[in-house]
Amino acid sequence: MSRGRYKIFLGMAAGVGKTYRMLQEGHAEADAGRDVVIGYLEPHKREETSAQARGLEVVPRRRASIREVEVEEMDLPGVLRRRPDLALIDELAHTNPPGLEHEKRYEDIADVLAAGIDVFSTVNVQHLESLNDQVAELTEVRVRETVPDSVLGTADEVVLIDLTPEALIERLRAGKVYPGENIQAALDNFFKIENLAALREVSLRQVAEDVESKRLVYSEAGAVGRRREEDKVAADAPKAVGERLLALVRPQPSSQRLVRRAWRSAQRLGTDLDLLWVKPPGQPIEGELERQVTALRRLASVLGATLLIEEHDDLVAAVARVVRERGSTYIMVGESNPPKGFARLREPLPQRLMRATPPGVDVRIVAHRGLKEGGK
Amino acid sequence: MIEHFLVGLALILGLALGFLFARRHRGGAGGTEAVHHILLPFTGTEISRRAIDAALRLARAEGATLMPAYLAQVPKQLPLDCAIPKEADSAMAMLEAIEQRASSQGVPVDARIERGRTYRHALARLLDHETFDRVVVSATATGASGFSGDDLVWLLEKAPAEVLILRPGPADHRVLSVNGRGRLS
Repeated sequence: MSRGRYKIFLGMAAGVGKTYRMLQEGHAEADAGRDVVIGYLEPHKREETSAQARGLEVVPRRRASIREVEVEEMDLPGVLRRRPDLALIDELAHTNPPGLEHEKRYEDIADVLAAGIDVFSTVNVQHLESLNDQVAELTEVRVRETVPDSVLGTADEVVLIDLTPEALIERLRAGKVYPGENIQAALDNFFKIENLAALREVSLRQVAEDVESKRLVYSEAGAVGRRREEDKVAADAPKAVGERLLALVRPQPSSQRLVRRAWRSAQRLGTDLDLLWVKPPGQPIEGELERQVTALRRLASVLGATLLIEEHDDLVAAVARVVRERGSTYIMVGESNPPKGFARLREPLPQRLMRATPPGVDVRIVAHRGLKEGGK
Repeated sequence: MIEHFLVGLALILGLALGFLFARRHRGGAGGTEAVHHILLPFTGTEISRRAIDAALRLARAEGATLMPAYLAQVPKQLPLDCAIPKEADSAMAMLEAIEQRASSQGVPVDARIERGRTYRHALARLLDHETFDRVVVSATATGASGFSGDDLVWLLEKAPAEVLILRPGPADHRVLSVNGRGRLS
């Protein structure tokens, strides 16, 4: 039995219309002849939502209790017994009361999908685990019910329900989100323009990242060797024209100059920058070294560069491997100290790198520059 | 045989005592602890030359490393740890110029860029995870320093190090500024 299709409606906040849109699409599927049921719906006493649910079959809820208080929950066995083509299940971040099959509703949904039933569901962006802190910092409101980000990754489709902050506040004022007595409190706390604008940006970025990661997964899956040679050439063509910089660094202050130069070059070329430290095997990262690694990591983060740490006893071999893996086209190295003793007999690093890396990869040495002329 | 052993022992003892004596002399100039890092926080695209020169003088005299730290503000709607290429561009030019100046005076530099919601927040984050022995800030009100009087009071209270606040002076119009290139003016 194949897994059901999973579609998630993602919103920046309550009231943007996720559930409404889910029901609309549920109706469209039913009109197209599919067997659609509501597995669980939380209309929040919103008239528009309740009206939109009319005409769709609802799987009756079951009763459960939390500390002797009776609550109504989705009847997972009931949905599975009913076996529709598509189940609409609201609020995937919900936490179930103890004693039910799973702790969280997204786990219930996984069972439904595993039974071959398609699922439409909803979630707000602040419920995603990785964004929880960020959203709490932005809005000073922390939600307790979180879901792993991977849940979003398991969806076949993520639909962002977007609404401008002004339009959402208008809906709130019109009583379309919360009942009258709660409107002012909501406006005073969570539903501020700056909060909603920030949340909207976070949601848009989240979906953009999801699209990008799916594109990458697709592209990697497509790379598994059944393609004809000409397809491979065509698929690899964009890589060939793209530049990618790799700067060889060490966790020490003098590497910062190299990072600065490399970053400037990357900016000019409009390309990505990787920083690579080839760490000698077994070298413990502690004390001053740890401090410098942290500083390098922070600098990479400020610049949007990627810091790679490879443990290897052969610098050139490690660099060559990373160059191949990352598709680097430029390698930047710092000026090294004059060799002493037997090291003088050894071929210089740039030449060794040129030989070990694929043809077409340039090696650039960043010289130490003193005070610029005219600068005093 | 016993004489050889005694001569060897005397040599080892002599070397050990000599090593200890030299170490004590190196670390104990005037009986004070050596200063290792001097923090020079700044914001925006210019920094008082007096502040840089004071920090460099101190660093040279004490054999310390200068830690210029560019403080960047991250807008509320962006994650605090996001990349900040525009700010980084200014920071890079400033740090490059400071490093060149330090290099000409033989002072080692270990630069930082720190992000925060406000300059004070960035400074607080820096204080949290870096160790240094002195902080040099300029009280010159060029308008670009980014530190208010309150910030300086806060720094005096919070910094786990000596804080050197340079009083305003007639040469404060001389700043190291960047117009994209890190030029001294």
